[in-house]
Amino acid sequence: MVADADVAVRTSEPPRLRVVRRLRVLYAHREILLNLIRKELKVKYTASVLGAVWSLLNPLVFLAVFTFVVKITHSLVPKFPVYLLSGLLAWNLFQVSVSTGARSVIDNSNLVKKVAFPREILPLSAIGVALVDFVLQTAVLLLFILASGYGFHWPEIVLYPLSFATLVVFTTALTFWLSALNVRYRDVQHLLNIALLVWFWLTPIVYSAFLVQDAIGEGSILGISLWDFYLVNPLAPIVLGFQRALYAVPTPGGIHVLPDVTLWWLAAVLGIVLVASLLLLLYTWRVFFDRSGDFAEEL
Amino acid sequence: MTAAIEVRDISKKFRLYRDRPTSVKQRLLSSRSRAEDFWALHDVTLDVPEGASIGLIGENGSGKTTLLKIIAGILRPTAGVVRQRGRLAPLLELGAGFHPELTGRENVYLNASFLGLTRKDVDRVYESIVAFAELEDFMDSQVKFYSSGMLVRLGFAVAVHVDPEVLLIDEVLAVGDEAFQAKCVERVRQFQLDGRTIVLVTHALDMVVAICDRAVMLHRGRVHASGRPDDVVRDMRRVLLGVTDPNFVPEEGTREVEIDDVELMGASGPAELPLVRGGPLTIQVDVRMNVPVDDLDVDFAILDGITNHPVLDARTSAKGIEIGRFDGERRVRFHIGAFPYRTGKYWVTIGLSSRTTGHLYHVQTQRYTFDVVEAERIQGRIDVPVGVEVEDL
Repeated sequence: MVADADVAVRTSEPPRLRVVRRLRVLYAHREILLNLIRKELKVKYTASVLGAVWSLLNPLVFLAVFTFVVKITHSLVPKFPVYLLSGLLAWNLFQVSVSTGARSVIDNSNLVKKVAFPREILPLSAIGVALVDFVLQTAVLLLFILASGYGFHWPEIVLYPLSFATLVVFTTALTFWLSALNVRYRDVQHLLNIALLVWFWLTPIVYSAFLVQDAIGEGSILGISLWDFYLVNPLAPIVLGFQRALYAVPTPGGIHVLPDVTLWWLAAVLGIVLVASLLLLLYTWRVFFDRSGDFAEEL
Repeated sequence: MTAAIEVRDISKKFRLYRDRPTSVKQRLLSSRSRAEDFWALHDVTLDVPEGASIGLIGENGSGKTTLLKIIAGILRPTAGVVRQRGRLAPLLELGAGFHPELTGRENVYLNASFLGLTRKDVDRVYESIVAFAELEDFMDSQVKFYSSGMLVRLGFAVAVHVDPEVLLIDEVLAVGDEAFQAKCVERVRQFQLDGRTIVLVTHALDMVVAICDRAVMLHRGRVHASGRPDDVVRDMRRVLLGVTDPNFVPEEGTREVEIDDVELMGASGPAELPLVRGGPLTIQVDVRMNVPVDDLDVDFAILDGITNHPVLDARTSAKGIEIGRFDGERRVRFHIGAFPYRTGKYWVTIGLSSRTTGHLYHVQTQRYTFDVVEAERIQGRIDVPVGVEVEDL
């Protein structure tokens, strides 16, 4: 029988993931994605007095706490708010996406069991919600940078889109994988919370990466320098990219803050992480896609 | 005519896990889990022609919903193929995605997107949705303040405004009060007139007879019967009877003498009836003798369709009739001058047994059925005796 485009064929074989075709399917269902994101935002904000201000509160509290900590430990980073927030907002996007995304399929089990739609939409909507918060918070940060007279630095700012793209791709890859895994093993989300805590402190957000580079020195294991090991954590180069793009000055007032690397070296590392993340995304998307046919059964 | 849905040899196996590790911790600590296989569907094959309305019936656990979910693409079959043409709207749940914190209006848009409507589509039919749900004054309040009836109405209103070529409906017609149900059924009829294909899963057998032009009955995951809704529904009722009464045996006996054919007749000859209340009823039984016996006794019993209690029975021996030994077939007629019982459904059991020992040759338990209606509901002409008298005054 000749299969024309209008015929949906369902067999026991999980269909192969064809990226372009699947993207087209997802685009055709964008309405669901947008509605789900809209719903989440409404539910999150309409019932609260402060509304969208809530999304700004979290980074502000962080800022207050860590300014205090930095003050009493005397590990001074000039213009600390710009430094902290440029990395923290990126981390928040990652952390919120991954932790709500991991639950997304389970939380919507009634939909998964009763309605046919591309399941990717569920983790994607979690990422979408986090992105909206990210955009709001970033807008405030950028305003702050301008208003405080800190200003933007050329050419460092070109790292921003590259860092952002890498962050989104890596976050999506991880979210797909975790949300599929969580359907089978429900404690993935608990393990994830612990992992995220450790991960946060492995990433140079609150402390300066230069301190790490300095402390590690020339140390190496098996001929690989410890500094390279530190950068194996994809969030490290990503956050460094955000910091280099916005904070921009490696040694403000002679104090070493950002690591001693050139702009181009960092761009190259980000490029590698981006390509690796794309490959990872391809793999985790396939895992998600293969399993998604059984979600309705496993929930 | 092309088929809107082709189901070919679909089987579905569910694994029922015992002690399945549901966490990484358990996975690491425990050994293998044991699984049992449960086949929800076995080699189900059926075609739904374009524009047809098919009723899918069967008792709980017969696999109806599983089949519907496979057609909808929610579940993946274990074996077999489903091909489906045209835009599909699966209504397996009303108000999919409804969120209590959102207003009625917001939920309409959200829910409609799951059914494949774009924002623009909804804009166009929004007023009509609200009117159908009869919720004009409530669309801007959060649905957490809705009653369950209002929720269902809103869900159904959205559902009937999707514009699909193929509509899968799972038990969702039975919502709301009677007036609203009538409205829903009306809407489904409109879909039929528009030439859309409908697959309806329901326990409401009367609805299948009323709406569908074909019925398919699933029983333990297999196609048990398929054909005219009347016939399939009758089959279904018999199976249901067997399910509610564990001792129920539809047919038994040693078959020295066999029931060949049974005909129920009203006043004007054979009919699928219905019988007019108070009118005559004839039960005609054709009997074939396979092994010569002398002591044949033919009996019938009529049971109330709802309570299952016998209301009338009789046997040839009690009427002093001896059938005796014969070759081939013989016809026995029981004439009931007037069947006085209330309107409704009745079952008929026919039995052939030995007059002397009570041994059962052949019994068909509640195999036949007829309906009794009030005379005024009869549209056609019936014979009502009219006396005429003329006298001088």
